[in-house]
Amino acid sequence: MSKPVSKPVHKPVNEPESSPVQLEVVSPGAYASLQDMGRRGFRRIGVPWAGVLDPRLMRIANALVGNTGDAPVVECFDGGLQLTARGGSVRLAVAGHAVLEVDRAGVHKKMPAWCSLTLHDGDSLRLRSLSQGRLAMVAVEGLALPQVLGSASTYARAGLGGLDGRNLVPGARLPVPAASARQDKTLPQPPSTSADPFHVVAGPQADHFSADSLAALASTDYRVSTEADRMGVRLEGPSLAHLAAKEIVSDATVPGSIQVPGNGQPIVLLADAQTAGGYPKIGTVVSADLPRLANSRPGELLRFVWVSAEEGEQLARAAETQTLALLAALRPWLDGGIDEAALYAGNLVSGVVDAMSFEYRLIDAIQGR
Amino acid sequence: MSARLLDAGDAAFTIEFGTRIAPEMLAAVNALDMAIAQAQAAGQLPGLIETMPTFRSLTVFFDPLVTGRAALIDTLLPMLEADAGVATTAGRLWRLPACYEGEAAPDRAATAKAAGISEDELVALHSGAEVRVYMLGFLPGFPFMGDLPAPLRLPRRSQPRVRVPAGSVAIADGLTAIYPWESPGGWHLIARCPVPLFDAQRATPSLLAAGDRVQFQTVSWADYQRLENAMRAGEIDAMHWLDQTSESAT
Repeated sequence: MSKPVSKPVHKPVNEPESSPVQLEVVSPGAYASLQDMGRRGFRRIGVPWAGVLDPRLMRIANALVGNTGDAPVVECFDGGLQLTARGGSVRLAVAGHAVLEVDRAGVHKKMPAWCSLTLHDGDSLRLRSLSQGRLAMVAVEGLALPQVLGSASTYARAGLGGLDGRNLVPGARLPVPAASARQDKTLPQPPSTSADPFHVVAGPQADHFSADSLAALASTDYRVSTEADRMGVRLEGPSLAHLAAKEIVSDATVPGSIQVPGNGQPIVLLADAQTAGGYPKIGTVVSADLPRLANSRPGELLRFVWVSAEEGEQLARAAETQTLALLAALRPWLDGGIDEAALYAGNLVSGVVDAMSFEYRLIDAIQGR
Repeated sequence: MSARLLDAGDAAFTIEFGTRIAPEMLAAVNALDMAIAQAQAAGQLPGLIETMPTFRSLTVFFDPLVTGRAALIDTLLPMLEADAGVATTAGRLWRLPACYEGEAAPDRAATAKAAGISEDELVALHSGAEVRVYMLGFLPGFPFMGDLPAPLRLPRRSQPRVRVPAGSVAIADGLTAIYPWESPGGWHLIARCPVPLFDAQRATPSLLAAGDRVQFQTVSWADYQRLENAMRAGEIDAMHWLDQTSESAT
């Protein structure tokens, strides 16, 4: 008779050296959690992948601070996030169309997103708002967290990952190494939001819906409801009528599944969604478009278009090519933010100028002592 | 057994053996799942991320940057011919405590009424049935178990609950389940079980595995609370509820 052995499978192998430096979450804003690429291999016991809703933003943010692309980041929805360095300097970078402000000794200064910056002990970074989309990723140089089932991603419902399995709350403190003297970096031309329709592959249960419903999904606008979070996005629009039963014997869901409950209003499932479900799934949003869907704001109108699975695969490869091009476009952000590449990028000039004056103020302050 | 290939986007597809719940379908799902696991272990399926077996289908997740639907299907199709006669094991038998009283059983009266039986009969039928874990899904460690005796086969509640307490034992659609976590849910709540079904620190995080058998043992509300506290304090290990005589059968 074999006796099952109970032992921890995943030890915090990469716990940072005990560092006196911490990054305090003064406010998580609308909603913030620690995420990486998510955990794979456990859907069969009901564990969703979790992980960032926009991996491209995570990779850019991590590259800006010199982390590996899949290091955990703070993923936040909308504005309100406030982070403060405690006990030393912390280097971080925000990817996303964020309006940022750094508070130092009572002086508020606007800072651009898409570049690395260093907070000194007591400095605060505030994410005021997002000018596009609703997600931003904050990478922190050297941030390492214990992995649970192969990932640091927070899945709060089952208390997995993050800090003690929870989403970020006011007062949470992330242990981080002190900021390095590494060259700052910037992304001169950040990606802008596309207005293309969202590509959808029909199935697995498209045959549960009438031809009219299939046509409606691809010819009518659907509005993002206020019920839109890490689990999924509930849409409002023409009702998608089931041909027969409104429920099926549960089968697997995937990120991007468009499930249609009895009321005919579709729900697109995202990273934290249940791994199995009993509602027919009319189609699946392709992986390349899912981050853009997660970035859609309540009230926004979405348009869908049918594609084949093979076209979806091509879109995935094209999206990866674009991501690699963006990562290759990172440029050093020279001392004080004087960087010709950035100066020529019109959309960043004002930010660069602001950042320069901020840095000069710092130098003045240091030399004044 | 015939199967249908269903698209699930650009990074997954589903091989569906049928639309109902039936033991022979489960055997076919498991046979294909095992064949894929062996091929993956042998390095034959680069880009395959994981599989998700359900009552009646197997969903294959893959990385479209590494492989593709066409290449994977070419490799997987011959596996469908694989011998589905995989020995179905007896499965481990768990005897899980469940309290069918008071606040632990908010839907007991209404469910008995809908089933046309007395509340005592409902408890006797549910705790008297030995059910099999068909699959895990929906939430970490959530077991879909069946089959229930005919009178207990009821549709879901017309109004799903926003908040189902963790530990709730529920029935719907001919199946029974235990909610390992607080969550929304549309099943009828007829009891509560104090045994934690999922622990990421365990070598096998999910207490129950597909193929296991479960029988509920009625306990009083006082015993339920005592057991819940003892389990939380680590005084009783979850393996305590395994029928040791059944282990050799696996």
